[in-house]
Formats: sequence, structure tokens, C-alpha cells
Amino acid sequence: MKYIHDFRIVSNQRQNYEYIVLTLRAEGFELPEMLPGQFAEVRVPNESSVYLRRPLSIHDVDYERQEIKLLIQEVGKGTKGLGSLPEGSLLNLIYPLGKPYTLPESNEVLLIGGGCGVAPLLFLGRYLKNHGIQPRYLIGARNAEGLVRLEAYRELGEVNVTTEDGSVGTKGYVIHHPVMRTETPDFRHIYTCGPDPMMKVIAKYADRHGLSCQVSLENLMACGIGACLCCVTKTKDGNKCVCTEGPVFDSKYLQW
Amino acid sequence: MVDLSVEIGSLKLKNPVLTASGTYGYGREYEDFVNIDDLGGIVVKGTTLKPREGNDYPRMAETPMGMLNAVGLQNVGVDRFISEIYPKIRKYNTSILVNVSGSTIDDYVETASKINDLDDIPGIELNISCPNVKEGGMAFGVSCASAEAVTTAVRKVYSKHLMVKLSPNVTDIAEIARSVESGGADSLSLINTLLGMAIDAKTRRPVLSTITGGLSGPAVKPVALRMVWQVARAVKVPVVGMGGISNATDAIEFMLAGATAIQIGTANFVDPQVTVKVIEGVKNYLEENNIASIRELIGALRCD
Repeated sequence: MKYIHDFRIVSNQRQNYEYIVLTLRAEGFELPEMLPGQFAEVRVPNESSVYLRRPLSIHDVDYERQEIKLLIQEVGKGTKGLGSLPEGSLLNLIYPLGKPYTLPESNEVLLIGGGCGVAPLLFLGRYLKNHGIQPRYLIGARNAEGLVRLEAYRELGEVNVTTEDGSVGTKGYVIHHPVMRTETPDFRHIYTCGPDPMMKVIAKYADRHGLSCQVSLENLMACGIGACLCCVTKTKDGNKCVCTEGPVFDSKYLQW
Repeated sequence: MVDLSVEIGSLKLKNPVLTASGTYGYGREYEDFVNIDDLGGIVVKGTTLKPREGNDYPRMAETPMGMLNAVGLQNVGVDRFISEIYPKIRKYNTSILVNVSGSTIDDYVETASKINDLDDIPGIELNISCPNVKEGGMAFGVSCASAEAVTTAVRKVYSKHLMVKLSPNVTDIAEIARSVESGGADSLSLINTLLGMAIDAKTRRPVLSTITGGLSGPAVKPVALRMVWQVARAVKVPVVGMGGISNATDAIEFMLAGATAIQIGTANFVDPQVTVKVIEGVKNYLEENNIASIRELIGALRCD
């Protein structure tokens, strides 16, 4: 079941020059069950030239406080509009959308996030932990400033870091980190979200080592509910909507 | 109690609000948000004789107050529509029209005749105006001769309500409208999307895989309104207006311009409940203005 609800913005916390975290509270309704990897279509208020919603993955869920968090990278007018919203105002969401990450068959997992792709991996780590699986992270960013909310990830598990300029952690891309340089990886399942080129390299790596790999795509989309057919990706079964068949796919199913 | 019902030829609609093809799937996509039975009707996704994979990604680009799309009629084909989808949607207590597209006149004819056999589909919308497929589609809708020819051919095999969807990408839309009317159309719907383009200055490349695509959303509304007004004056058959309608006021404007009913398209992506809000808003407008029937608004534009 999908819902359309107005949430109250209880905080808008700037993380760095381009990332913000919105904390949204359910008022007058109960949060439905959400799963990691699912996303929301967020309406941008007060931006007169922005018409379509913005698809944003669910960064974290706190059922006790009836709150969800969205980690937003300000890239255009729409996301900048979201970044400037005052606390106390309302935000309209269609959610929870799409197919989630699924539990692994064994406990050895690695969660790999690149850039804003780390967003769904916090909720995923919490979910895995609740199911008795210890999450372990590999997070890549352009530079030290691009690594946001590391403390929240560290609360859940080990966090390994790469930066392109080498300002923190291993210099290079996530694929250059020692945990991925070994011929005998000590994990069996990869969950990843980030730029397509990064995920393609990771998917190949998973293939080579016989690991399972779930990727979350960020295709451009309009409706988010499988009506407009704009967000398709090529799969073994032809074009499939990322919004309804994904955004999480088994990497072996994709022909991207 | 105001009367919202309208008649488009043989089609009796409980209210004038339909959904535009390609923006509402088969209705089921919206079941979590609205009671489909509350709508005047739904026009389901463009259906072709054979299944189509559609165009490559990227298929959309957001533009100021609108969007470009280049989906390219991705659909399961008429046979799977009949065997898999029709059984699930025929129960809706609303008018279901199937948008029919093709590459050749024979395609249109064969697809239409298969749909003619479906008891719970009271009409089709003939799409001679899709800008996103190389062969056919819009090619039929941009000349009077081909527009009339495809309408005439489908008319021969299709006995129920035949609506023809017009392209705005023409020099004189009224002329095309008259040709389609001569070909035997029962009603005309307009406008399909306006041919447009988006370029990424950073990469110096087109945004869409097809380079050009169809523009829709509030950005096109003034153009659509003008064309509905022109066509409504040019033909005797009813006109169904669309193009950027996002609220009840927009809908009323199209009816004043001469539309008997309206379709809501791109706005469904922004607010999946927009259809029922427009119906409610139109009802309120009638009550506030002491108008007994929505039909009094059709073509009631005052130009004096």
C-alpha cells in the first residue's frame, strides 16, 4: 500500500555545502511499515518553476518517534528548494515506493555507498542489525567534506572510507579500498547505491568473486508509481520501471 | 445538487474528468490514492498491435512547469492487453477508453477491431499524434489526407465511440480536425504533446535518448486552450480538451473554450489525487455560481 501524507519538518540540518538532512514527523497518522531501499516522491513547495516531485530514498526510520529522515544532496532547483525549507513547515510525500533491499542468505555483508548513495544504507544497516546481521560499510566520497553522518553509520558497524583526493581514508574510489583488493573477500553479499559507473564496477567485482550484489538505481523519474514509464532500465526481461520493479535490483538481472 | 454529467456522443460520463493516456497506466497504478469509479473515465496506455519496448533511457527531462517525455509507446500489445489487463480493469464503474496507436493503417485497423469485441470498452482514442515513434504515430496526424484516411479505415471496423487525438505540431489544427471529422470520428481530443527538446550544456548533449520529445504540463496550457477553442469552433463533434490541466479552474477554462470533457495528464504525476480534486472543485464552482449543470459551461466563453 502506498500513501500520500503531509509530514511536519521537525529539523533541517545542514551537513556540508551540499547535503542536508530533513527529519519529518508523522502527525495525525501512523507511519506505515517501510523497508530499506524504498523511496518517497517528495513535492517541492514554494518553487514556482519546479513541477515534478523529487524521488528520495528513505535515509532512516524511527517508529518510536514516528519520524523519518531524508538525506538530500542539493543539485538543482528542486533539491535546493527542499534544502531551504524552514522547520515547522509541511512536506508532502508519496511513499513508501519501490522494491526494497532483501535480507542476505548469510551474514557476511558489505554495504557500499558512493556520494549521496549512502542515503538508503543507514536504514538498511539498522534493518540488518535488527535481523541479527552485522553491517559493515565502505563509503566513498570526493573529499573529507563529502563524507556526511559518519557517526550514525559507525553506531551500526565498522565504517571504511575512501576519498578521491585522499584527504581521509584510502585515496581513490571504493573499489581501491583494501577490503575489495583481496582475492578472497571476507563478505558474501554486497548492497550498493551510488553513481552507475561505481555500481557497474562493483557488480563486475561481485560476479568475478561469486558474490550476490543488490544495486539501487537512481534513474530520472516522473510519477514514481509505474504510470509514466520514464525511469526504465534494461533488464533480462526488457525495459523495466525502476520505480516499481526497483529501485533495488539483483545486479545479475540488469543489462545496463 | 449540481449535475456534472456530460455526453460525448454515445459516451455518457458521470463527470467531465478523464485521465490522459500514458499518464495513468491502466488505472490500477492509482488505486491506492483514488476510487477509480469516481472518475468520468480513464484512457489507458497507448496500445499497439505488437508489444513495444519503447525508447532507450533517458526518456524524460524536466522543464520549467512541465516535462518532456520520449517513452515511445512502451506497451504489452493488444493481445496481452485483452488477455491480462482487460479482465482486471473491466470491473471499474467508469468509462474505459483504450488509446490505440500504430505504424501503418493496417495496424490501427487490426488493433481497433480486436478492441471492438470487448464489452466493457465503450470507445477508443485513436492516437495519430505521438511524437516519439519514428514510423507512424504523429505522421498520420500532421496531414489532412492521412489523418482522414486512418480515421476512415478504423471507422469501418470500429462500431463504438471513436475519439481521435490530434497533434498540436501542425500549421492549422482546425483543418486537421475537419478532416478527421469527415473521416467519421465521433469526437476529437487535443492536444497531444508539443514537440520539444532539452540540451545539457555541461555535456553538450541532448538530454533525451531520442533528442526530441513531447512537452506537457502547465507550460503548454495556453497553447492547448487556444487550440481547443479553434477546433471547437471548426467542428460539430464534441471536443475533449487537455494540456496542462492541474486544477478545477484549468478544467473550467477548457470547457468555456468549447470542450465537452477534459483529460488530466502530467498533473497525475505530481498529485495522484488531482482528478478527484478537480471533480470536487468543478462541483464547488457550479454551486457557488448557481449553475445547475456543467453542460452550461461548454463553449460559454464570452468574447463580446
